[in-house]
Amino acid sequence: MNYRAVGAIYKFEMARTWRTLLQSIVSPVVSTSLYFVVFGAAIGSRITSVEGVSYGTFIVPGLVMLSVLTQSIANASFGIYFPKFVGTIYELLSAPVSYFEIVLGYVGAAATKSIVLGLIILATAGLFVPLQIHHPVWMLTFLVLTAVTFSLFGFIIGIWADGFEKLQMIPMLVVTPLTFLGGSFYSVNMLPSGWRTLTLLNPVVYLISGFRWSFYEIADVSVGLSIAITLSFLALCMIAVWWIFKTGYRLKN
Amino acid sequence: MPSIISVSNLSKTYGSGFTALKNINLEIQRGEIFALLGPNGAGKTTLISIICGIANLSEGRVTVDGHNISTDYRAARSLIGLVPQELHTDAFESVWGTVSFSRGLFGKPKNPAHIEKVLKDLSLWDKKDSKIVTLSGGMKRRVMIAKALSHEPQILFLDEPTAGVDVELRKGMWEVVRTLQAAGVTIILTTHYIEEAEEMADRVGVINKGEIVLVEDKANLMQKLGKKHLKLHLQGKIDKIPPELAAYNLELSDQGNELTYNYDTKGERTGITSLLGDVRNAGIRFYDLDTSQSSLEDIFVSLVRAP
Repeated sequence: MNYRAVGAIYKFEMARTWRTLLQSIVSPVVSTSLYFVVFGAAIGSRITSVEGVSYGTFIVPGLVMLSVLTQSIANASFGIYFPKFVGTIYELLSAPVSYFEIVLGYVGAAATKSIVLGLIILATAGLFVPLQIHHPVWMLTFLVLTAVTFSLFGFIIGIWADGFEKLQMIPMLVVTPLTFLGGSFYSVNMLPSGWRTLTLLNPVVYLISGFRWSFYEIADVSVGLSIAITLSFLALCMIAVWWIFKTGYRLKN
Repeated sequence: MPSIISVSNLSKTYGSGFTALKNINLEIQRGEIFALLGPNGAGKTTLISIICGIANLSEGRVTVDGHNISTDYRAARSLIGLVPQELHTDAFESVWGTVSFSRGLFGKPKNPAHIEKVLKDLSLWDKKDSKIVTLSGGMKRRVMIAKALSHEPQILFLDEPTAGVDVELRKGMWEVVRTLQAAGVTIILTTHYIEEAEEMADRVGVINKGEIVLVEDKANLMQKLGKKHLKLHLQGKIDKIPPELAAYNLELSDQGNELTYNYDTKGERTGITSLLGDVRNAGIRFYDLDTSQSSLEDIFVSLVRAP
């Protein structure tokens, strides 16, 4: 194992966060605060509570997940796409590093940033609404699992994309809508039964539901199912990454 | 000298069906400077990319110091430093940061003294904290070399290292290459500047249309294939070459003021003595003469133009 290489990639990627502090940290925190103002204060004042939890408090796990999902994808996809775009990927491919080490460096850094961001947003939320976390270990487990899984997914998108448009396409057109429709701002149980059935096809529902359960012990689906779906998606992403490196897809001629 | 790189029956065919390399066999000797010459699209960069791990081979086998590049890639790659043709840099990273990153990527422990030496050798020390985006093209090229040298490689690939670099900087780079060779580094150089190969290389390989046309010691190559030219500067202009000199295939130039005789250095008899006698008998007087030898460029052009 080339630990130094993993460390070099990880540090390099983390250093990019400090160079782009406004984009990496400040911007998502400001966006989340705006969500609280709009949904929590303006709309929330008209919704008394959801399943016994005040609306402002109810949306916190969904908001954290929204940022963690989008930022994990954005960080990891940009992290691997940029060396491809500027050509510095040659160094990575010619270095004595295994595919696993490359993924560990990039995905590790992307997931770290998302987790830190998720915790910052959580702390920010604490300024607006009273927070309670019934299962902190499960909360962290869901947070880490989601950050790693979606960083891996972002890594795949970064390899696949051959232009900035494609880099943005899946996060903008697929992931963000799925997150908004995945129960970030409402309980799936509030939907009419037809829509509810349709919503259950959205994998993000299971992530948000499990995460919310760790906070308030309320869930749209069972916690076991949430973990199973998350782990299944993680396994799918791992298989895709393994295939990418095995074939050299979009990396090696 | 034992080979440090051994390429056997290497072929590369892209997904499109285009065959970039055809059955390449090549041995690079330890400690030498090997110049790989060839026109655009000949396969130089593809060959380097395969050896360094950037591209996959289709057939054949490559070993680096005995390590197979496919099965024992860690050991093979850790010996190699690569300076690619294009200026690929992390624009917003500092010189020190990017060179240190390269060392870490190759699994070497931190060694600020080595990085400092590399940067000083390449006249980059005063720019160590500068962002790469602020550097000139020549400096960026040197940063690329510094990155390749950061992990103390035994083999250095320089793919068109002086493309677009001014004469002074080019000579500075040649100096760096010579110093590296003196330190025991094997250098493989691709270049379009024939004078660069002529100046630097111990051996020359010519690749054309994906095939190695020849590999030869530079001095032997010059001797084997080099033509010499004898130029006579005439005292008076002549309109045409006299018929009695037709056998020499002379060329008349400079508006009839110069006669050039091309001869082969391999031949036991060059024919110069008889030519000079026949020129005198033809009544042609000359006030000076000089000889010159074919450059590597002439040899290269004749090789790649051969059917």
